[in-house]
Amino acid sequence: MNMVSIPPRRARGKVHVPTVTLAHGGGGKAMKDLIDDVFVSAFDNPLLSPLDDSARMDLLDLAQYGDRLAFTTDSFVVDPLVFPGGDIGRLAVCGTVNDLAVGGALPLYLSCAVIIEEGVSIDFLRQIARSMAATAQEAGVKIVTGDTKVVNKGACDQMFITTTGVGVAAAGVELGAHRARLGDAVLVNGLLGDHGAAILGARGDMALQSPIESDCAPLQGLIASLLNAAPNTRFMRDPTRGGVATVLNEIAEAAQIAIDIDEAVTPLRDEVRGFCEILGLDPLYLANEGKIVAIVPPDEAEPALEAMRAHPLGRQAAIIGNVVAGESGRVTMRTIFGGRRIVDMLVGEQLPRIC
Amino acid sequence: MRYVDEFRDRAKADILVKEIERLLARMKRDESRPLQIMEVCGGHTHSIFRYGVEGMLPKSIELVHGPGCPVCVLPMGRVDDCVAIAERPEVIFTTFGDAMRVPGSRKSLLQAKADGCDVRMVYSPMDALALARKNPAREVVFFGIGFETTMPSTALTVLQAEREGIKNFSIFCNHITIVPTIKAILDSPDLRLDGFLGPGHVSMVIGDAPYEFIACYYKKPMVIAGFEPLDILQSIWMLLRQIDEGRCEIENQYARVAPAGGNAVALQAVAQVYELREFFEWRGLGSIDHSGVKVRDAYAGFDAERKFAVPNARIADPKSCQCGEVLKGVIKPWQCKVFGGACTPETPLGALMVSSEGACAAYYQYGGIKRGRDDEASAA
Ligand code: SF4
Repeated sequence: MNMVSIPPRRARGKVHVPTVTLAHGGGGKAMKDLIDDVFVSAFDNPLLSPLDDSARMDLLDLAQYGDRLAFTTDSFVVDPLVFPGGDIGRLAVCGTVNDLAVGGALPLYLSCAVIIEEGVSIDFLRQIARSMAATAQEAGVKIVTGDTKVVNKGACDQMFITTTGVGVAAAGVELGAHRARLGDAVLVNGLLGDHGAAILGARGDMALQSPIESDCAPLQGLIASLLNAAPNTRFMRDPTRGGVATVLNEIAEAAQIAIDIDEAVTPLRDEVRGFCEILGLDPLYLANEGKIVAIVPPDEAEPALEAMRAHPLGRQAAIIGNVVAGESGRVTMRTIFGGRRIVDMLVGEQLPRIC
Repeated sequence: MRYVDEFRDRAKADILVKEIERLLARMKRDESRPLQIMEVCGGHTHSIFRYGVEGMLPKSIELVHGPGCPVCVLPMGRVDDCVAIAERPEVIFTTFGDAMRVPGSRKSLLQAKADGCDVRMVYSPMDALALARKNPAREVVFFGIGFETTMPSTALTVLQAEREGIKNFSIFCNHITIVPTIKAILDSPDLRLDGFLGPGHVSMVIGDAPYEFIACYYKKPMVIAGFEPLDILQSIWMLLRQIDEGRCEIENQYARVAPAGGNAVALQAVAQVYELREFFEWRGLGSIDHSGVKVRDAYAGFDAERKFAVPNARIADPKSCQCGEVLKGVIKPWQCKVFGGACTPETPLGALMVSSEGACAAYYQYGGIKRGRDDEASAA
């Protein structure tokens, strides 16, 4: 079915001032030109280009993918805005796409609201918009509506982005932490903590140079093949801030189960381990932006693992633990060393230790 | 990872645990109470919990988590002083990360930052000096904290600042020294410890000679231990062997890193920049004579205490705190009246709940609380 018949709108040439000023937020010609130059030209698609107050999608068109609408929103603030392996734009698309995908939905449309601090370079905005567009294409979603605000210098940290996503959940896909059962396997799709370590390493105030790149990636493809191989997958979550430890605790808490993981098989990059050693951080609490934690019934664990490993974003996938009999709500870990410890929720932010 | 994984080898750990059990079985000792071994250093406490070392040991060994976390033993009044300095508009206050959350009587540095003070986290005093170079119109203050481990790097930074003629840099010196502290613990009338794991990082600087008095006068054995879990197990085994053989010495398990004579360059810098304070207040332990250092007169220009005339108020620990008793091994953290109730890592009342190296925080975080209580329940 053809969705909308309005022809795409051509961007009206480039804005010729080097930086964003409050005039770009005034709602007049300067603003229109900026939106055309930066966003419409990058995101170009028939739903966005008329620049109506809302994008309208055909319900029948959506219904071919499933029987429920999935809807999510997230705001992205990150320092620095560009980091090894990504930038705030890529993050803003991946974050929302992944939130839809881990709910078992096919991500389809995004909105993009940008708050820009006066003085940000327009070239930089173009770079971020291009990155968002490229990531959206990679994720198979369209950015169909948006908003741009300019605030006084000092009122925000260069740039904040909020993305809202709409997707469709296929009939029969029912995911929920409460579905976890004794014996279920806990899977992750690869090396943990890369994003958190990359961001910490990229911050100027850090004496450490680290070669670690963020894992920031849209996961709808990997998740689709996982669900295909393990249709009875109980639950998925993307362990962003707070890391895998936090997600496991949330699952254990919500499902009133105990989870036990094995440090020896938990996939970690040597560089991330070294980085954490030096700073006294625990990699289990570092953020990820291209990872999922999946709880899968025991008989589907191996197929799930194979499916993940067959996907480029899951080569280092591993079964890191199980749902076990134990104090409900508790996450424990067998340490590399053969000891056992509790993996608890973190209090506040992780702060590096002295020595 | 090379140089790391070999110290986390599970098979070697199993052998050591078996050896420890064997030694314990044949040792002549008072069976009615566990052997109490104190790890003085917070870094050890952290490793012990991080790797679940305590759970691998026989129940007849009890680890007592000592006063070796410099963040934990910092008195509230000193945190107030930090905040007072940080609140001056010209100041950029720089600190190690884990000192940010230590509560003062009014607020922590984290809170001060939220309230608009320019508080920044750095990873070394040299980073703070670099900030001073970059911001000549501001006053950059570095929060010098830690034992002999971090003391030399602060001293070397002061010497560097002097060489470069940098005038807008100073340190708020809260460095403390380990030896008087161990002595204070040994002098405590309710002491029950059977031996010590010595702080490996401190010995990198001071060597092992300064601990001789522990063996000679107090008749307690000590093994200077590294920080990997295998280091800790091996050191415990070495300590047991001393006890079993009736020896009482300062042994060095960490010789691969900590030379017997210490580090001459570091010691020289320390001696040049600091002198001992008459007394220094510790959270949970009270005032300990000669346990802290201050900046010598020759470097007064780099001393934030003099530059900003800090209030230096003394604030008593809350009455309900039992940190002192935990530090001395008289009670275990979960036996403190306020543990996990009024005192949690979110709202620490006592010092030991503050940093992840503090015994109470470690028990809370890594769930030692549960095991401890279960053990008590099953013993009753
Ligand atoms: S629970 Fe709090 S008050 Fe009690 S000993 Fe531990 S830190 Fe001190």
